[in-house]
Amino acid sequence: MPGRGPSFSSLSPREAAQAVAHSRRDFLRAAAGLCASAPLFGLPLGRKNAAPGVRKAVVVTFGGGARDEETFTPEGQENIPHLLHELAPRSTFFSQVINRGILGHYVATASLATGVYETFNNFASVPPDNPTVFEYFRKDLKRPASDAWVVAPSNGFHRIGESGHRSYGLGMGAGVILPKRLLAAGLASGSNDSRFDHLLRDNYETPYYAPKLGGHEFELNQVAELLNLSVHDFVAHAQNLRSADELSVYIARQLMRELAPSLLWITLHDIDVAHAGTYSLYLEAIQRADRLCAEIWAMVQREPEYAGKTTLFILPDFGRDADSDAGGNGFQHHRTGDPLSRTTWMLALGAGARENLVVDRPIDSTDLVPTLGSLFGFSARFAQGKPLPELS
Amino acid sequence: MLPNQLSADQFRSYPSEARQLATGNLELLRQLPLGFVPLLLQELIAYDWRFPAEQRELNAQFKYLSSLSGGQLRQLMAPFEQLRLTGDLERLDWAGSPGQFSERLTAHLWTTRQIEGFRTAAEGYIEKIRVAMPKDVPPVPRLGIVAIGQGVKQNRYPLFRRLRPHGVYYAHVEPRGGWQILREAVAARAAAHPVPYGHWYIDGGAGDAAPGAACVSWGALEPVRAMLLERVRKAMQAGIGSEALRTMLAQTDPGDLGLGGTALDRFRVSLFTEGSGTQIYSTTFVQWAAREALRRAQPVTLLARFAPRVREMSLGDLVTNPHAQPPPDPEGALIDADMGAYYTWLSLQRLSAADQSRFLVWFEEHGEALAIAPALKAGGVCDDRIDLHELLTRL
Repeated sequence: MPGRGPSFSSLSPREAAQAVAHSRRDFLRAAAGLCASAPLFGLPLGRKNAAPGVRKAVVVTFGGGARDEETFTPEGQENIPHLLHELAPRSTFFSQVINRGILGHYVATASLATGVYETFNNFASVPPDNPTVFEYFRKDLKRPASDAWVVAPSNGFHRIGESGHRSYGLGMGAGVILPKRLLAAGLASGSNDSRFDHLLRDNYETPYYAPKLGGHEFELNQVAELLNLSVHDFVAHAQNLRSADELSVYIARQLMRELAPSLLWITLHDIDVAHAGTYSLYLEAIQRADRLCAEIWAMVQREPEYAGKTTLFILPDFGRDADSDAGGNGFQHHRTGDPLSRTTWMLALGAGARENLVVDRPIDSTDLVPTLGSLFGFSARFAQGKPLPELS
Repeated sequence: MLPNQLSADQFRSYPSEARQLATGNLELLRQLPLGFVPLLLQELIAYDWRFPAEQRELNAQFKYLSSLSGGQLRQLMAPFEQLRLTGDLERLDWAGSPGQFSERLTAHLWTTRQIEGFRTAAEGYIEKIRVAMPKDVPPVPRLGIVAIGQGVKQNRYPLFRRLRPHGVYYAHVEPRGGWQILREAVAARAAAHPVPYGHWYIDGGAGDAAPGAACVSWGALEPVRAMLLERVRKAMQAGIGSEALRTMLAQTDPGDLGLGGTALDRFRVSLFTEGSGTQIYSTTFVQWAAREALRRAQPVTLLARFAPRVREMSLGDLVTNPHAQPPPDPEGALIDADMGAYYTWLSLQRLSAADQSRFLVWFEEHGEALAIAPALKAGGVCDDRIDLHELLTRL
């Protein structure tokens, strides 16, 4: 682009990724009020949290698909005050998390959960091919089904709890709760009422589509019983909520109080409203996800079963297309596979994570599962990634 | 089937001009790799209803490829030749339905982690074509005008942040009569330079005409949008899957939605069938229409006017009153439109003679505007009182 092009356009993919990481690091420095010699650049001066008793982990995917421009660059800072000022200073911050896989939300989140770049059709109702972190966790550590849960607002995610792998699979994974589907069931209970079918259409890439389900999804009455929650109260609470992600966090809170699972995976997805092309709604969703992450951290701190022994991971599944890429339409999609759509970040805080530490070296999004394995003591034997030494 | 097995018979379903171009270049097409030729045919199959600028580009592309020696052509195509494809892809009717092949190829490239190799190959090819092809010099410097913020009383969102480094910010623009001045400026350019599809007016509200300009209007297309959504609803009720729905949308004919068969009608339908969110939000419709008009028709003048879009329903709203008509959201639309203006400028910058192009974005009925032109100092601020007529003369 002659003369007046965006700054990333002249960079190689590697340079662009490094520039992203540097802007995040510089921004964190500014946010934390530290100078260049402060312990933000890998010096292990932060405290390492003790991990007494049974270890727990909560993974939050900051989805679906958030760019640096709206988060960690200076102009994006206003959208993530909680991440920046409350959580990042308490965290080990990985500034370059590279996703080398397919940039579709279900397949990418499944790849995060298996530690292998899954290659199935993003829109198909299929389980991951490789064992999930939930299966490793439960089989190796002999944990009951109630100890691993997934909460996901998007209906396409209902098979993510367990793989089709012959050594793992059926009955060995996590329970999956789809709060919006529960809500639709609660609203229509007994009346075969289709007025609320639109609640099920939350795949923003194909916004008219509500997939048929199958697999290990929990039904309304089961969940109500498990979470000690009346259907009436659940529906009444939903009426005061802004979005599906808020409903997911509400369910996660109930799970933490009632079952206190050791491994809890929460998939936020509101941000994917960007596919509708409305920038203001995309920004609102990022701001909401930022607030919800702080709420989840507060829940971890507040609940006795979690306080002091939980590691919280927050990471986007991937980014979105750069404005400068003529093959895309900027923030709206994640179709080009450009470096910015593949380069994200991860916060790890709580037990086992050093505070106030920035790791600039590139890591892979498939490193998450082996790292969880290292923290919990199971072997993610089929995962492609490597445990992160900063957290092990 | 491989490209070296192509015959003229494979193009029998193509419209007449496209068929003529394909059969006239049959020898060339036979020499191109499977990872490339269906993508070229995807452009070619719609030749008859392409805009003049697109037709010129396709003609020039064939002329350039035909001018290469065998060795040069092999070198140019080498990155595409190296893609690992499958027998399933070979067996598809890629000559008859190149669009469906393209979807399958894309999925294959992502699955096999070849998408970045393909991306590099495509960028390299486009750059070589760009260098080799004659420069399309517009008869007058291109002008893009965007009006944003209709219906907003007060605004606290900082406007034009992405554009300010490239132009001059005007803080005291006289708003009275502003819209009329912009319309007249476009009409004057259309009259002075009557280029086919060279002047465009895109409106997110009810406006539907501008003298001498191709017009695309959200309001005027309301019946088309309603018909399309009804077709989608019926398809969903019939249990159609996501991919089948996409194919159905891609195959929608303008006649199915009450439109004619002109290039402009087909363009209008494509905004709804190929765009994402264009069926729901007027702001997305305007941004996408402006992007596509610039990319495809390469006009010398584009006037885009954003209007309030409907408010997004909250989860609570959806629970308590699922079929309520959402009210307008002018403030949200202003933020959408501010980004849309930036994207429109980026699209303008991708056209030939971009360094000579002019751009103006105005906060409608308010005093803020930003202008970009070779004569204006990047990053400048102007506190003078000025009307839009005077501002346009400074571009």
